[in-house]
Amino acid sequence: MSQIVLDALKANHGPAIELLESQHGDEIAWIKRDQLVTVATWLKTDPKMLFDAPVFATCIDRLDWRPVGEPLSTHWTEDKPRFEVAWQLRSQKHRYRIRLKVAVPEQDARCPSLATLWPAFNWQERETFDMYGIRFDGHPDLRRIYMYEEFVGYPLRKDYPKEKRQPLVRRDDLPISIPHFGIKRGETR
Amino acid sequence: MAATTDERAKGVTSLKQLVLGRKDVQDLTDLETEQPPDLMTVNMGPSHPAMHGTVRIILTVDGEKIVKSDVQPGYLHRCFEKESEHATYTQVFPYTDRLNYVSPMINNVGWAMAVEKLMDLTTKVPERAEYIRVIVSEMSRMTDHETCLGASAMELGAFTPFLYLLKAREWMYELLEKVSGARLTHSYVRVGGVVKDLPDNFAAELGHCLDQTAKVMVEVEGLLNNNKIFRDRMAGIGAMTREHALATGCVGPIARAAGVDYDVRKDYPYSVYPELEFDVPVGTTGDCYDRYLVRVEELKQSIRILRQCLEKIQPGPIAIDDPRVALPPKRDTYNTIESMIRHFKHIVDGIRVPAGEAYAFVEGGNGELGFYVVADGTGRPYKAYVRSPSFVHLSTASELIHGHFIADVVPIFGMINMIGGECDK
Repeated sequence: MSQIVLDALKANHGPAIELLESQHGDEIAWIKRDQLVTVATWLKTDPKMLFDAPVFATCIDRLDWRPVGEPLSTHWTEDKPRFEVAWQLRSQKHRYRIRLKVAVPEQDARCPSLATLWPAFNWQERETFDMYGIRFDGHPDLRRIYMYEEFVGYPLRKDYPKEKRQPLVRRDDLPISIPHFGIKRGETR
Repeated sequence: MAATTDERAKGVTSLKQLVLGRKDVQDLTDLETEQPPDLMTVNMGPSHPAMHGTVRIILTVDGEKIVKSDVQPGYLHRCFEKESEHATYTQVFPYTDRLNYVSPMINNVGWAMAVEKLMDLTTKVPERAEYIRVIVSEMSRMTDHETCLGASAMELGAFTPFLYLLKAREWMYELLEKVSGARLTHSYVRVGGVVKDLPDNFAAELGHCLDQTAKVMVEVEGLLNNNKIFRDRMAGIGAMTREHALATGCVGPIARAAGVDYDVRKDYPYSVYPELEFDVPVGTTGDCYDRYLVRVEELKQSIRILRQCLEKIQPGPIAIDDPRVALPPKRDTYNTIESMIRHFKHIVDGIRVPAGEAYAFVEGGNGELGFYVVADGTGRPYKAYVRSPSFVHLSTASELIHGHFIADVVPIFGMINMIGGECDK
């Protein structure tokens, strides 16, 4: 659908691109991490692209990625970084859509922020940070958004167990005493 | 009261002060008006009757005027994405019901379309199933807009339109209950089609319901459109420019009120929308009153779409006859061992979706509602991300309420139509 964007990216920013692919009609461009802001700025300002409307930003954790059958994209291999951050963009004028992707290694889980280019990514990147622990360099206000500040860990990472509970108010720390019956916490009835 | 020479000596000079017998309000110093000389921080929410769903705003106010605000969602976070990663593709449908619980059918359709896109089944869904999906989607859009308009009017003091609109919404819910069996959390759509056919006499009942709803809309518009209180509270409040709406990712009625001509049903047509005739209303000023007008017009367009659907829908199959996604007929399940095994594998292992990723989106009640799904070839999604319009719209709230009064937070939030379940996932 937006093959023309991939061609233009290849022509103008060839060295910054790792891979260009299409899956089910969605165009995906893998960009080198240090070149992301340059490419994104070009996509936003070039009159033939004009990606003025952001759609979403999220992250994929490939920790236990063991695809069954033949995957459409052969890009991902065992030695690739664990995380990939994805930004979906839309051009209101030209009706193009593209997904930018950046590979982010686990030990150095940071990547450039696009929140200054498109304000919508402010909260979306906060959500990605909250859920996956990706630190966005240059983000104006990188805080947790769904979870509370005291939360430990990143819940959507594949190594965070689904059953794990972290209540903010620890019920067992509350002083429990029923003076009428004289039963104190810890005593068996 | 006559002014004495003593009062003149104290500095009472103007005629107004002589009449009032005291200083005018703007002439008073901070201490005299008992206004706090410093900015004050007020906590609004998370459980406040005017906050749709649960959201907390920390407001810094200068008197009544908001100078800084921090909007904090997350009080309704139910781990939609984490739970989806551990559920089969069909088991995700009930979770999607609980995203935007005012228009659950559209969420169902969005999820089904994402899985169909991954399986390359988008064009193979039977026509009747597509029509049923459009019918239930538009009914859901109507309930969504009716709730938004009614609740906003009520918060501004107009209780009658609220009752009228909820009455009309209840007719829709009753019909949807007849269709799906559940009033609110329908789980009606399945991958490849819908779960069962429309009930008998559905067309006549919906036609009657639409006639009645059209009458209700005439009443509601008569009560609100030129109502002075309503207009004073809505017009010019929370305005947004076209560029701002685009850059902040706004979609749906909010963006259209600001002049962004974007409707997924027109720009990226899906299902049978290309065969239907309808208009997309676009506003000019981008304030709350325009958002109200756009929603009213969309409601009328939904009625128009539904009438066309009822004319065009033809009998036929309601789901793909593909063993990869469709359950075997119940009679076969109980009588043949092959169908029994297929049924068992289908329920326990789930639909096998080939490895890959896709982003499918529909026009929800609040705008582009998308599902970004990464499949790894098993029966469960590797990652399921929902692009919820409420979350994106709420991120603009801080800027929209800036410089307004605390009382204006109510219409701005009403017209953002933040749905807690969808925003907090």
